[in-house]
Amino acid sequence: MQQTGRIRLILNDEDIVLDDVPATGTLLDWLRLRRRLTGTKEGCAEGDCGACTVLVGRLLDGDLVYESVNACIRLLGSLNATHVVTVEHLAAPDGALHPVQQALVDHHGSQCGFCTPGFVMSLYGLWLASDRPGRPEIEKALQGNLCRCTGYEPIVAAAEAVAATRPSAVFDPIERTRADVKEKLAALAPRQTIRMGEVGNRVVIPADVGALAEVLAAEPKATLVAGCTDVGLWVTKQMRALDPVVFINHLQELQAIERSDGGLTIGAGVTYTQAFAALCEMVPALRPLIDRIGGAQVRNMGTIGGNIANGSPIGDTPPPLIALGATLALRATAGRRELPLEDYFIEYGRQDRRPGEFVESLFVPAPAADDRFAVYKLSKRRDEDISALCGAFRIALDHAGTVTYARLCFGGMAGTPKRATHVEAALRGKPWTEATIVAAAMAFEQDYTPLSDWRATAAYRMLAARNLLMRFYLETTGETAQLHRFEEVA
Amino acid sequence: MDKSAFEERKTISAPMHASLRHDSAHKHVAGSADYIDDMPEPEGTLHAALGMSDRAHAEIVSMDLSAVRTAPGVVWVMTGADVPGHNDISPTGRHDEPVLAEGRVEFHGQPVFAVIAESREAARKAARLAKIEYRDLPHWTEVTDTLENGATLVTDPLTLSRGDADAALAASPRTISGEMRIGGQDHFYLEGHIALAIPGEDDDVTVWSSTQHPSEVQHMVGHALGVPSNAVTVQVRRMGGGFGGKETQSNQFAAIAAIAAKKLKRAVKFRPDRDEDMTTTGKRHDFLVAYETGFDEEGRIQAVKANYAARCGFSSDLSGPVTDRALFHADNAYFYPNVRLTSQPLKTNTVSNTAFRGFGGPQGMVGGERIIEEIAYALGKDPLEIRKANFYGEPGSDRVLTPYHQPVEDNIVARIVDELDHSSDYKARRRAIIDFNAKSRVIRKGIALTPVKFGISFTATWYNQAGALVHVYQDGSIHLNHGGTEMGQGLFTKVAQVLADAFQVDIATVKITATTTAKVPNTSATAASSGSDLNGMAAFDAARQIKERLVAFAAEKWGVSPDDVAFVPHHVRIGETLVPFADFIKQAYMARVQLSAAGFYKTPKIHWDRAKGMGSPFYYFAYGAAVSEVSIDTLTGEYQVDRVDILHDVGRSLNPAIDKGQVEGAFVQGMGWLTTEELWWDDKGRLRTHAPSTYKIPLASDRPKIFNVRLAEWSENAEPTIGRSKAVGEPPFMLAISVLEALSMAVASVADYRHCPRLDAPATPERVLMAVERLRGM
Ligand SMILES: Cc1cc2nc3c(=O)[nH]c(=O)nc-3n(C[C@H](O)[C@H](O)[C@H](O)COP(=O)(O)OP(=O)(O)OC[C@H]3O[C@@H](n4cnc5c(N)ncnc54)[C@H](O)[C@@H]3O)c2cc1C
Ligand code: FES
Ligand code: FES
Repeated sequence: MQQTGRIRLILNDEDIVLDDVPATGTLLDWLRLRRRLTGTKEGCAEGDCGACTVLVGRLLDGDLVYESVNACIRLLGSLNATHVVTVEHLAAPDGALHPVQQALVDHHGSQCGFCTPGFVMSLYGLWLASDRPGRPEIEKALQGNLCRCTGYEPIVAAAEAVAATRPSAVFDPIERTRADVKEKLAALAPRQTIRMGEVGNRVVIPADVGALAEVLAAEPKATLVAGCTDVGLWVTKQMRALDPVVFINHLQELQAIERSDGGLTIGAGVTYTQAFAALCEMVPALRPLIDRIGGAQVRNMGTIGGNIANGSPIGDTPPPLIALGATLALRATAGRRELPLEDYFIEYGRQDRRPGEFVESLFVPAPAADDRFAVYKLSKRRDEDISALCGAFRIALDHAGTVTYARLCFGGMAGTPKRATHVEAALRGKPWTEATIVAAAMAFEQDYTPLSDWRATAAYRMLAARNLLMRFYLETTGETAQLHRFEEVA
Repeated sequence: MDKSAFEERKTISAPMHASLRHDSAHKHVAGSADYIDDMPEPEGTLHAALGMSDRAHAEIVSMDLSAVRTAPGVVWVMTGADVPGHNDISPTGRHDEPVLAEGRVEFHGQPVFAVIAESREAARKAARLAKIEYRDLPHWTEVTDTLENGATLVTDPLTLSRGDADAALAASPRTISGEMRIGGQDHFYLEGHIALAIPGEDDDVTVWSSTQHPSEVQHMVGHALGVPSNAVTVQVRRMGGGFGGKETQSNQFAAIAAIAAKKLKRAVKFRPDRDEDMTTTGKRHDFLVAYETGFDEEGRIQAVKANYAARCGFSSDLSGPVTDRALFHADNAYFYPNVRLTSQPLKTNTVSNTAFRGFGGPQGMVGGERIIEEIAYALGKDPLEIRKANFYGEPGSDRVLTPYHQPVEDNIVARIVDELDHSSDYKARRRAIIDFNAKSRVIRKGIALTPVKFGISFTATWYNQAGALVHVYQDGSIHLNHGGTEMGQGLFTKVAQVLADAFQVDIATVKITATTTAKVPNTSATAASSGSDLNGMAAFDAARQIKERLVAFAAEKWGVSPDDVAFVPHHVRIGETLVPFADFIKQAYMARVQLSAAGFYKTPKIHWDRAKGMGSPFYYFAYGAAVSEVSIDTLTGEYQVDRVDILHDVGRSLNPAIDKGQVEGAFVQGMGWLTTEELWWDDKGRLRTHAPSTYKIPLASDRPKIFNVRLAEWSENAEPTIGRSKAVGEPPFMLAISVLEALSMAVASVADYRHCPRLDAPATPERVLMAVERLRGM
């Protein structure tokens, strides 16, 4: 393949130019094997332990933001025009530890120490971004970091203690270079499509969405990589050869979030973190869900588009989005088409995406002011776990308290995210009472035949689905019907 | 002389009992602490990967490895036939565990060949290209399947018996029998297994291995290579966690790396991927406990009979001593007047289970605590009342004999429990919870106070020995080496404190060095919580020898009595003279005093006759207690741990900060075991929870919302251990049983506490919900 352009980034305080990037090479392998920066560890190579956490700085709406990411499943080719910061960058030139590091030492926050660099980076990311985080914020920032030794207590204590020191008050490696880096990264954004590598090992970084459509038209079998939180595992676990790999995480057009009276349009490349910030403004009841998706690193990388495009029956955003009546925009060189999100999922492993198409954006209509809406996720471990099931509920009642509208959608109950149409029918036109709920809950059997696997048995899934409907009802009556780690119910 | 300097520095930086931070803490946070994968690789280092069976039990009909051999970058493909010595790494010499399977595979994921290639990626890719033809044989992965199909054992079972359990059961006013399933647990050390083998001349090979047991790796590598132990040197500076998972499980990776390194005359590194690590290495044993107990109306136990059937996997590994230790702890802190305990170490077509923090003790204890719960619910009493009624008696009373006939002589459980009962306000909180539950429809709460009594010493008596090597250099700096390994538990820090204290120097004067079989031979695993007890004493002994020589030298040279020579902070006081330590050492060197010593220690008093089931296997006991309060959601089974109070006994702590860290970490790890950590095999016998995506250990947001941890500051070891301290690694793990029992109480509330919920472990949200459903129907 004709090579055009190179990948340029900043690693700690070094400008890097790469013209030979393996299509599936990970950031972690590059750091450890090529750069000999061995402070960043590999604990799992699948985004779940956080030992590999680094910060990546990128320009977002003109701001330079630093986010924690998993280097193990981040592909090197996705890092053009970014600033990668590893644990080695934190201490001052004279070797003095950064306040975040010192706090961990002072509070006995490391035992075996293998998880520690990852915790340092997650806490550093939090410390940069958040003024005086409390325990809930600290715990959320650490959802993607496992420690098997300490029981976390001293780590959280360290994070609390260091919150009082602010970046402006210390010699901070990122603050010190912020203006410079911002300027540099702006200059590195690709003006033309970057291509490198030979057949079998090709990297494409399209200059814009138009170029992306053309690449896909020519190479319908190309692998699109957005946040890489799924694709990364195909590489590290299944050792899949991917060719060409087309990176789309940098495309500004796919990052757009537009608010209108009717609702919200979210670009496919918007990360969980950014998307939920906007979504929760419009639908506050979505807020508990974002805290339950992945860890901070995964939320900073994974995209809404990827969560839908992968067609998974256990993705967490489709159930609420379908319950909210979202529509999907697919794009190809031939143009754009729109379809209701629920129609995108045809059956397990099959979606309505034609060769050459990619997901461009999602439109989420604003629910009516008095719609009642909730989404509940159940998993073995509350945080950073994949759903056993995830149910979204939306109803509207008339003045007499009769159900006029019902839309329920579940993940984990079938081969696709799927509406519970029989339950909906059993609710519609009925009074919103416990008796109605008990009767309607029996209709789940007609909607779903769930599977048993390591996340849950079919029996649990069915029983829990029914009980979630009861929880939804009870909550509309003001009853306390679920536990909250992070926010106490008012 | 030098009195002014002495006046200024009257103390040393880190004596014994000081809360010194971990010796590597600074390096940990800076990312500069080197684990084996971080060391610079020798030029031309090759990498290994495993080819694994995809059958749970089958004969290998044929194996076509040609595609593997010709894959890019592949240098060698090794099978069992290529093992030059013995194709066996059975740690107990039972010859039941091959390095690489030959002819037959006995679990899904068993290593059948290894690929050696120019890069790790090339090796991993090539390993997928094998074509292996199998003839399937019937496989049993579950304890229950095995029990129904011949109940083959991997090693000899144990019986502990005292009194006449059958007669006492028959005579008891009340009896209950039941069953409990207790799940296994993956270690999930953050640093996976790794070995780096560097070939030397002749038969020599040096292996850097992430292991808790360098001596055993040395022996196994020698055994597999067919060379004597003196050809093999095994080293490790630190592990990224061990928890028992690196006691025997490092052998396989080390042996393969060493064999390949010798054959190819190049360094070979073997770092399995996390999924391979979790698939091919053993875990905590799962148990099925069948129990029967007789008791009176006061809840006093008359008799206990219990059988502990364990999923051991395809080979014995350490299953004998693990299942033994389960029986040793089935009594926990309670006196059983008549008792008969039996173990059934079952062979299953699963990976061979191994050591894990507590070593069977936790499973034994969970079974014992279930019996207490059963009695409490049967009598409608607070389980704490039943506990108190059954504690071992005061030393000298007729209620001190354990089922293995060792008297409990250092019993402080009643004091610990009383203090915690009061400090945690247990009784009032329990009442408040019962009131809350009466009014709350969906959310229910539970609270439980459970004690721990844990026996310290290896039950393999000969393991209770340790060595240390201490050098004092001419400049007064000290080199410390001992047979223990550092896996995060702070052992190196504690032993360095012992040495600094002995010589009265700052901790910075003591250089902590990597464990190596070349410096201290014939060491035991750093396990059974024994690390500081054994190695601290061995280092102390080495220091004692050097100090004796120094005292003799000083007495002669300065013409004073040996009694007038003392090691004081940074100095040696000789009569009225104060000599700075370094100057003194220099003079001793000039006078040709030997400044190096090998220290040794063996635990006194212990003995154990397994055939008779009698003896005193434990030097002493460590105690503790915890109160846990939880909330559950009775619609989904979800829960959270609201508050935990712990009072734990570490004797006179060598380092309270490190010990507190051990208590907190062990508790959370134990909580994970009993709640969200679930091992799940499919019907093909394949473990499907083999990575953190599917196997869920606790997160920061799972730890107790309120977590009050205290050490029992008044406690001192009754035995003369190092600084009168007690072992801390394992005992606090079992404090987490209070979480399981608190969940159980919350479940019991849905049937007004009339039935013991019989909540099995791990109590996943699913198990909690299903228990709620079961009780609602009662
Ligand atoms: C540790 C961890 C935790 C996780 N936890 C959760 C969780 O709690 N809930 C949950 O739902 N998921 C979870 N996931 C899964 C993952 O985060 C999501 O599926 C994610 O949304 C995928 O988005 P991505 O941008 O990373 O996709 P990628 O990995 O980049 O791509 C995924 C798939 O979508 C395709 N694709 C991506 N963007 C487009 C596009 N614009 N048009 C067409 N095709 C596209 C890719 O080609 C690929 O086939 C987790 C993953 C990890 C590693
Ligand atoms: S190595 Fe575990 S998250 Fe990256
Ligand atoms: S300190 Fe060992 S895993 Fe965190």
